[in-house]
Amino acid sequence: MRHYQAIIIGGGSAGLSAAVTLKDKGIEDILVLEKDREPGGILEQCIHNGFGLQRFKEQLSGPAYAERYIRMAEERNVEIKLNSMVIKLTPDRKVEYVNSEEGDVTVSADCVILAVGCYERSRGAINIYGTRPSGVYTAGQAQKYLNMNGYVVGRKVFILGSGDIGLIMARRMTLEGATVVGVAELMPYSNGLPRNMKQCLEDFNIPLYLSHTVTNIFGKDRLEGIELSEVDDKRNPIKGSEKYFDVDTLLLSVGLIPENHLADEAGIEMDPVTRGPKVDENYMTSIDGIFACGNGLHVHDLVDFVSLQAERAAEGAARYLSEGKSVAGVITLRNGSNVSYTVPKYIHKDAVINTEVFFRASRPMEKASLTVSCGDRLIRKLARRKVMPSEMDRVMIAAKDLKDLDGDIVISMEENA
Amino acid sequence: MTKADIVIIGGGITGTMIARALSKYDLRTVLVEKENDIADGATMANSAIVHVGYDPEDGTLKGLLNVRGARLYDTILDEMNCRYLTKGAFIAACGEEEEKHLAVLTERADRRGIPYRILSGDEARKEEPNLSEDVTKVIDFYTTKVIYPWEVALKAAKVAVNNGVQILLGHEVTDIEKMNGKYAVHAGNEIIEASCVINAAGIMADRIASFVEEPWFTMRPRRGEYFVLDKDVHLVDHIIFPVPSEEKGKGVLAVPTVYGNTLIGPNSDYIDDREDNGTSYYGLDYVRKNMAKTLRNVPFNRSIRTFAGIRPASTSSDFIIEESKTSEGFINVASIESPGLASSPAIAEYVTQNFISKHFDLKEKEGYDMTLPKDIVLSDMTEEERNMLIRERPEYGRIVCRCEQISEGEILDALKGPLGATTVKGVKKRCRPGMGRCQGGFCEPLVMEILSRELNRDPLDIELDGKGSYILERSNR
Repeated sequence: MRHYQAIIIGGGSAGLSAAVTLKDKGIEDILVLEKDREPGGILEQCIHNGFGLQRFKEQLSGPAYAERYIRMAEERNVEIKLNSMVIKLTPDRKVEYVNSEEGDVTVSADCVILAVGCYERSRGAINIYGTRPSGVYTAGQAQKYLNMNGYVVGRKVFILGSGDIGLIMARRMTLEGATVVGVAELMPYSNGLPRNMKQCLEDFNIPLYLSHTVTNIFGKDRLEGIELSEVDDKRNPIKGSEKYFDVDTLLLSVGLIPENHLADEAGIEMDPVTRGPKVDENYMTSIDGIFACGNGLHVHDLVDFVSLQAERAAEGAARYLSEGKSVAGVITLRNGSNVSYTVPKYIHKDAVINTEVFFRASRPMEKASLTVSCGDRLIRKLARRKVMPSEMDRVMIAAKDLKDLDGDIVISMEENA
Repeated sequence: MTKADIVIIGGGITGTMIARALSKYDLRTVLVEKENDIADGATMANSAIVHVGYDPEDGTLKGLLNVRGARLYDTILDEMNCRYLTKGAFIAACGEEEEKHLAVLTERADRRGIPYRILSGDEARKEEPNLSEDVTKVIDFYTTKVIYPWEVALKAAKVAVNNGVQILLGHEVTDIEKMNGKYAVHAGNEIIEASCVINAAGIMADRIASFVEEPWFTMRPRRGEYFVLDKDVHLVDHIIFPVPSEEKGKGVLAVPTVYGNTLIGPNSDYIDDREDNGTSYYGLDYVRKNMAKTLRNVPFNRSIRTFAGIRPASTSSDFIIEESKTSEGFINVASIESPGLASSPAIAEYVTQNFISKHFDLKEKEGYDMTLPKDIVLSDMTEEERNMLIRERPEYGRIVCRCEQISEGEILDALKGPLGATTVKGVKKRCRPGMGRCQGGFCEPLVMEILSRELNRDPLDIELDGKGSYILERSNR
């Protein structure tokens, strides 16, 4: 069985970034396994601009952003096997994959980095009632048909969910000559980035229905229409508020879910909120030597942070390869008030690095104070403005602050009047 | 005009099982189906269970044919290399009142020779940890099977075709004329002349019957709605039933499916529009609430799909399997609701022995073959088997559906032959790309590419399922 120092599952933005970092850390013997015909992952179908502002200080399209990492990987001679689907990962870090050239192959590694990405929540996961005609797509599926295959999926479009892909598709479909009659969002606030709200909806006069959801779908063969209802503060449809829209297309942009079948099967401990693995400050999962990053760890709003976290995961993996794992006790990071999750979930008491914690607020707030505390002890307190769940936040926890902590760290946000 | 001996109307489990049974005889049989594919109605949307036959009452066709049908399945599933699970069915009673009804079931089972075992609530919870604390007693009908109903119907149809039955898809019957003791069945652009017509038209059975006579029964469509849970949710290892009742029938079940998902449902609602297979808030909410009676910790947030099926029920409480009194050779096989799936092989046998044998001298054909080879399913194979296969045929190394790990080779297999898939749903029914948690988000465009290439059709002409269910509107290039 061929043995590697590191195997990276997934050749999208996270996988490529992790591979580049591993090479830069002197880890030479690595393999990237990518299921698709080319590396780059989902970026390849995101032909709009807006990638790379944090990372490269310039506006790039998805494929251009991917291209930079593909080139960096090529320069470092990263071995990428394309059209190679990983079908199994075991706790002892054996990876089984299939492709048409080699057949079914099992390889092993000292460490494995999961960079598997995410999938779109589908109609079945959100229980929209009604018939099941054609004409209902996830936003990313319609994006793929359009940007990769060259086909427009419909004429008159409604979009459920104000996630970024939905907003981008509202603009894209409009520019292709389709009529987007509206976007509905279940929550009382938008789920997309503010810039997408402006550039994709406002600039095209596409109405946004906040606190609304699709409650029925009509049509036997092709979609004929949808029913939209207002929802109350418990998100239940309000009777009598139904509106009918005559559309042939419904796009769903109702959330992304980390793809974690491999991790689940390997027995990796999962976070029920992010639906990705729980990781420590080194991005190591509950299984020794298996790391996670990218949208397979938790869903990001900016690819720039995907790259950044993947680097940290690769650095963690490199440290693990040279020093082994920490045997010190762990401090658990808990979600305090108005915080829905944190990544990482654990920090070792002997952490050698300062840990940047990524987290999301659970509701919008105009002004808030962010606190990091342990019992009665306040570790950090910071001010925040215009907090949105759709925008990931981060806070640094210094290694020196961990030494004498007793108990869990709680990250909270309180709204200020 | 096509000349035949027998026309079967309807390509669901009933029609295909009859076609299969008749295919071994020297008869010219034609099956017509209005949809684009076999098994597009009730056969596609049901609980997928081969009930063993403890439920129907004595003296009914349901009772007789369910018990016999379940036994015939033992052979048929193996002959056709169909997938099935024999995990058992837990009938879970909560409290004394319900336990009393269990005694009725065991008494029937004893008389019908159906094996079972009895467990206390605690014993049952050891085997099924998610069983509700309220469950006090369980009967396990451990020979109950779970099948993949579309596979069975499709394979029954394939056996029939291999033995010479003609199947016309997309041919809706619009009229049946009587002439000189024969029937002229108008189906799509064809007129088929035959001396026997078998009406296995499911929810449309009364309308088909009305072409030859005023039927004494009327269909009363009853809809059932279901959740499908992600296969990573290991909720149950047995089928979990509540105690059946007069008014609610078999109740809300949890079914471990042959591909590892869990099916939760159905409710039972009479509906006005017999084609309205939409799901509803009320239906699914009923399922959610009633499942809680027998199971706890049901993770409805791991649902990957909801669907509804329409039971072809009628004003008759029993199956209707009879030759018309006024129109000789016109045989109604109607009202085949639960346990119709389980009974279907016995229904086919019953129709053959009681009616067809009266009209025709049943001579077995030479060289008929009731068997089918095993499908190639990559995810069933060992590493070594996969390796050998891919070396020889690289298309099995290209994985198209990442959730269910389906290769291009398996999709190409699904397109082959006289009943090959022609739609995205047809591919999904045969080899399952799009059945997983992403519901085709990733693989549907790839399946489209393959369909378009192999059928030599413009992607704009590829349909999801029924006529007019186009997926793409126009090219932008």
